[in-house]
Amino acid sequence: MASAFASSRTNGPEVVKELAFFAVIALMMSVMILGVETVDRPTGLELAVRWDLVLLAIGSTVVGRLGLIFRRENISRLGQAILITVSAVAVFEMFVRFRDMDDRWASPVFLDMAFSSVVSVIVSIAFLAIIFAAAYFSMKDKTAVEVDESAKLSSKIQLMYRSNTKKIGLIGIIFFIIFPFIFGEDRSAIDLATLVMIYIMLGWGLNIVVGLAGLLDLGYVAFYAVGAYSYALLSQNFDLSFWLCLPLAGIFAASFGIVLGFPVLRLRGDYLAIVTLGFGEIIRVVLINWYDLTGGPDGISSIERPSFFGMAEFSRRVPEGSIGFGELFGMDYSSMHRLIFLYYLILALALVTNFVTMRLRKLPIGRAWEALREDEIACRSLGINPTNTKLSAFAIGAMFGGFAGAFFATRQGFISPESFTFLESAVILAIVVLGGMGSQIGVVLAAIVMIGFPEMFRELAEYRMLIFGAGIVAIMLWRPRGLLSFRDPTILLNMSQKEKVAGEMK
Amino acid sequence: MSMLKIEGVHTFYGNIEALKGIDMEVNEGEIVTLIGANGAGKTTLLMTCCGSPQASKGRILFEGQDISRMPMHEICQLGIQQSPEGRRIFPRMSVFENLQMGAITQDPKHFSSDLEMVFDLFPRLKERINQRAGTMSGGEQQMLAIGRSLMGRPRLLLLDEPSLGLAPLVVKQIFETVKKINSENKVTVFLVEQNAFHALKLAHRGYVMVNGNITLSGTGAELLANPEVRAAYLEGGH
Repeated sequence: MASAFASSRTNGPEVVKELAFFAVIALMMSVMILGVETVDRPTGLELAVRWDLVLLAIGSTVVGRLGLIFRRENISRLGQAILITVSAVAVFEMFVRFRDMDDRWASPVFLDMAFSSVVSVIVSIAFLAIIFAAAYFSMKDKTAVEVDESAKLSSKIQLMYRSNTKKIGLIGIIFFIIFPFIFGEDRSAIDLATLVMIYIMLGWGLNIVVGLAGLLDLGYVAFYAVGAYSYALLSQNFDLSFWLCLPLAGIFAASFGIVLGFPVLRLRGDYLAIVTLGFGEIIRVVLINWYDLTGGPDGISSIERPSFFGMAEFSRRVPEGSIGFGELFGMDYSSMHRLIFLYYLILALALVTNFVTMRLRKLPIGRAWEALREDEIACRSLGINPTNTKLSAFAIGAMFGGFAGAFFATRQGFISPESFTFLESAVILAIVVLGGMGSQIGVVLAAIVMIGFPEMFRELAEYRMLIFGAGIVAIMLWRPRGLLSFRDPTILLNMSQKEKVAGEMK
Repeated sequence: MSMLKIEGVHTFYGNIEALKGIDMEVNEGEIVTLIGANGAGKTTLLMTCCGSPQASKGRILFEGQDISRMPMHEICQLGIQQSPEGRRIFPRMSVFENLQMGAITQDPKHFSSDLEMVFDLFPRLKERINQRAGTMSGGEQQMLAIGRSLMGRPRLLLLDEPSLGLAPLVVKQIFETVKKINSENKVTVFLVEQNAFHALKLAHRGYVMVNGNITLSGTGAELLANPEVRAAYLEGGH
């Protein structure tokens, strides 16, 4: 060790001094937060000490610091990577122990996880590999040429994405269409895909308002709720079918959008966000308190399931006068039929949303939305009526929220105000922002990341928020404008998309 | 006949009176320029003609119709287009999309011929048609701003400081094009400028504004020769 430092600018004693300094800081910071705990004993509250956590904190700080010193002095890239990884694992261990403390001296979490299931093993290895790779390949040890190459690589990926958006979109659509054939019998996979698809649709709907028109709407879930409740109430009170209620739900949500939009769209930026947030809450509170109509916090249950376009039913016991879906196509009854049908239904709805958005973007109204987002004064000086333009974006976005809400109600069969909290709005907004405002494929990616991943790795539920936080930080660092944040002209003259993108990259 | 007639217009920002009773007119086929120092109220007058802010007293007549109480977007649809101060193009859109935005209130059947017309005036824009507008030079952006307002088929074009922040050579080029727009395309131009020398040379008539009042008016040549104007706006330059 000492010989390794002899050639560098820092000598042995100084390194020891630095490490000791950080150890003391770690001790001071962790001893009160991690080190003591109040325990409810039969004899009353008592203080218990948790030296293992404090030691872990100090240990991880020292090891991590040593790794950083290695980096600073350009010593052994492998050594850096190992030290930083060890330190990261120790921090992880610390967090996990802090959360569930009962079995304090149990084997380390990583071993625990490794023995629990195959997925956990894969995930933990992947986790280690990512940290290790990040530490190993991070810039410190690179020459200028290598850095240049990595920049080129990222722009190459960008170029590839931007010149092939159509193909990527098509592959995505085909994948989602054949999805049930791959996972046909796996109930949870179809369920999860349906859930992700709902959020993709909501994301696309909100993308019209936030991404295209640039109106920050924090209460989008209100329209989702309006759609869900209007279907539930119409079908229960007037016995209307799903296929009739679907457009009605959209119309109701759109008119709510207009009613809200009329007074508030003269507000801008933060003020608009706050008012829409309030509107979302108002709808939820009304739903809770209007007991006679909405059933209040009890919600509405046994909402009618959709039929196969009015031709056949999906239930096991088919009511008089209609036939079952299986019967219609000469198949045996299977409960999967309905799930797969619902999946295709939301897929179709989402694709309609996407298609309409793409069309609108090419029409004057869509162009006006984008222009309004960039410069309202310029828009007015070109003769665009800003109020009507914003209102149309609000209403169309709300309409798709309403469709998604009606679908949600029919899929769940039960709705209550619980499903329409602010958190939902925040998640949908996060999907739009994470995907890159205005990017349709970005929304899909972000919905998979935000909704799909947490559900897929449910057994790692304890660590979800930890990884989630790390992910958010990573996004802020490397892609602050969203995963896919390019805006390409919708129309190009005398030039292929590829040439254009290539020209801009140079 | 006067195309734009401003009668006793007062405009306030809160309690501050920015325009203190302006009377002026722009006749059909003219280039009229309004010169004055920073903060004289030139841009305010131009924006008042467009309805934002609205005049609190007085009338503004466009071809005999009172427009002083109309909202901005309706005024634009009457045939007044403005190229606002600081250009205000859409930086993330391509040149072509910007020009499309200019024609957004117009009948699409005029689009391709109007586009040709703009490209004839500004060949540079044709070269840059697919480029993102925000990545162009200041002069090109100014050309785009003027081109965009021409796409709205104006009869009266309001230009607010087209020379702002541009190199002298580019300024000259822009002013020549403005002259061409006026003489060949028969567009009446109301030009607000700080660059008094170029503006007065170009204009048929001019007004001088000081602290919210019109203090002088006359033909371009008269004003250029006027000792007061020379002392205040022209000496030292050019």
